[in-house]
Amino acid sequence: MAATALSDFPMAAATRLDFSMAQSAATIRGGAHLAPPKTFSPISQRRLPFAAPKTLKFSTSSSKPLKSCPRPPISASASASAAPKTTTFHGPCYVVGDNIDTDQIIPAEHLTLVPSKPEEYRKLGSFAMIGLPSAAYPVPFVEPGTDSTVYKVIIAGHNFGCGSSREHAPVALGAAGTVAVVAESYARIFFRNSVATGEVYPVESESRICDECTTGDIVTVDLEKCLLQNHSTGKEYRLKPIGDAGPVIEAGGIFAYARKTGMIASSPV
Amino acid sequence: MASSTIISRSMPFTTKVKVGMTMTEKIFARASERTQLVPGENVWVNVDVLMTHDVWDREKIVIIPDHYIFTSDERANRNVDILRDFCMEQNIKYFYDIKDLGNFRANPDYKGVCHIALAQEGHCRPGEVLLGTDSHTCNAGAFGQFATGIGNTDAGFVMGAGKLLLKVPPTLRFVLDGEMPNFLLAKDLILQIIGEITVSGATYKTMEFVGSTIESLSMEERMTLCNMVIEAGGKNGVVPADQTTFKYLEGKTSTSFEPLYSDGGARFQQEYKIDVSKLEPVVAKPHSPDNRALARECKDVTINRVYIGSCTGGKTEDFMAAAKDKKVKVPTFLVPATQKVWMDLYGLPVPGAGGKTCSQIFEEAGCDVPASPNCGACLGGPKDTYARMNEPQMLLLNLQSVE
Repeated sequence: MAATALSDFPMAAATRLDFSMAQSAATIRGGAHLAPPKTFSPISQRRLPFAAPKTLKFSTSSSKPLKSCPRPPISASASASAAPKTTTFHGPCYVVGDNIDTDQIIPAEHLTLVPSKPEEYRKLGSFAMIGLPSAAYPVPFVEPGTDSTVYKVIIAGHNFGCGSSREHAPVALGAAGTVAVVAESYARIFFRNSVATGEVYPVESESRICDECTTGDIVTVDLEKCLLQNHSTGKEYRLKPIGDAGPVIEAGGIFAYARKTGMIASSPV
Repeated sequence: MASSTIISRSMPFTTKVKVGMTMTEKIFARASERTQLVPGENVWVNVDVLMTHDVWDREKIVIIPDHYIFTSDERANRNVDILRDFCMEQNIKYFYDIKDLGNFRANPDYKGVCHIALAQEGHCRPGEVLLGTDSHTCNAGAFGQFATGIGNTDAGFVMGAGKLLLKVPPTLRFVLDGEMPNFLLAKDLILQIIGEITVSGATYKTMEFVGSTIESLSMEERMTLCNMVIEAGGKNGVVPADQTTFKYLEGKTSTSFEPLYSDGGARFQQEYKIDVSKLEPVVAKPHSPDNRALARECKDVTINRVYIGSCTGGKTEDFMAAAKDKKVKVPTFLVPATQKVWMDLYGLPVPGAGGKTCSQIFEEAGCDVPASPNCGACLGGPKDTYARMNEPQMLLLNLQSVE
């Protein structure tokens, strides 16, 4: 059969269904783009509570000097209106292993919560990572009785976010206050959902970090330098460039990005 | 001769140099209006069908409540109500609604578990692109369709734009040859493969299944195979369409379609050859689909409970295979995937069973009465749904994780 009639992008003119309707559809269960803005703020080096160690040891895989990675390309219309970029995140990290699935990130019994409703969004955050077995993870990700986490960064092994297609997984992490996940690799739907919702930065590490970090270590993730510093151990690790996904997450997800870059009408109905 | 010289000279100019492509690459090429693609490229793909549960061209969207139904959970029911309002407002053609939660058969439009309903209702067509908000959307690869799971925000984007930015996946090819012993099912084949490549062995990749064994499989068995590629992390699974496919589709769709096949020179990232005649029944032990063991290695494991159902294991043929003239020793739960499967359990005679139907055999064996078709048992959703009414026990499942 013929391909769809849509041959051009921007698609606003080409769509047969009013695009604003589609946005309301997306809010039915997963309209995370309408979720409240995250409250983290850029943290510059001088605001760190302590000085970074002067002599940095490199992990085994990073014996070469660390170079800064290429900056993600930003389209002209996006950079024209761009606010100061938030590319450095700092705080305690939470460390997990391989194959952390979506049932551990947010069990299915909580998926009736609709992220576009602020109180339900907060509640999703309070349940983040609640499916982790407590025997292996004695430190809770979210302290019982609170609805957010102190862990700004999650450090993981391979295949983070495998399992279901539930968008609530990155949404729950973002709602809890986590800004970035640094894993060796991701399940593709989790990676996609992180970018589409703009809830967390799914950053890939070049080496296995999760065995060398401990929950509670203070880390800084620098997206521009592609660097993770563990201030508690004094080690540094290379990250892979976030690439074109960076501006989408920074904008707050694909809908916000599409509005910002003129792909769709900028005033939500 | 002069003319032949001209022809040979003109050849490089008249014939484009074309590198062989896999069938998934060709589906991407067609849907993105390109002639050539390589794995790793990001392209805008025109979407033929979007499936979501709970919306650009109102005839290309299929909405199937199936995960959070048959519950008194207020939020779950509220969400289905929001969904219904949206479908009415947008005049969505394929909305398989359920209103009477007390008796699913009172809902003529209600189908059941989305992936099997999509196939039975003719939405799975060779050569097309199907996206769905469920990780087991890859089920439709059985039809030679590119099918993969996405999140709700991506789905909202597709509803508005009709297209989505997707990365062209590299293909792992699995060549399965040899006569399949009658004690094996497609579930054994896919668990064998996942045990081999692990739960992340196909992450971001296509799993293409070919070979004489695959050609001999029914559509339902091919669905079982493709359904579980996500358990290996796969982006999609795909089986080349053939006469079996076309016969299944007869009378189910009036939409014309164009099957696509891997070229002779297509590049596969890796090829695995499996002699099916040498395989044994396998199981996936807790807590991972790649924790493979031979069934006979588990003969001393005590089973407390049995479940037959879900999108992977609740099709008509799955129940036919389970319907034996024996008594069950432990509670055995049955959840047909769709309303049609439920009807088959009560209507179709089991071959070689003297005219008895599955439901009669199951009743005599002491199984539970077949339950309403839905995803509840795998999902573990609201507290009053199937998976959450019981204490944890050793359970023999013929399914996988859900969504």
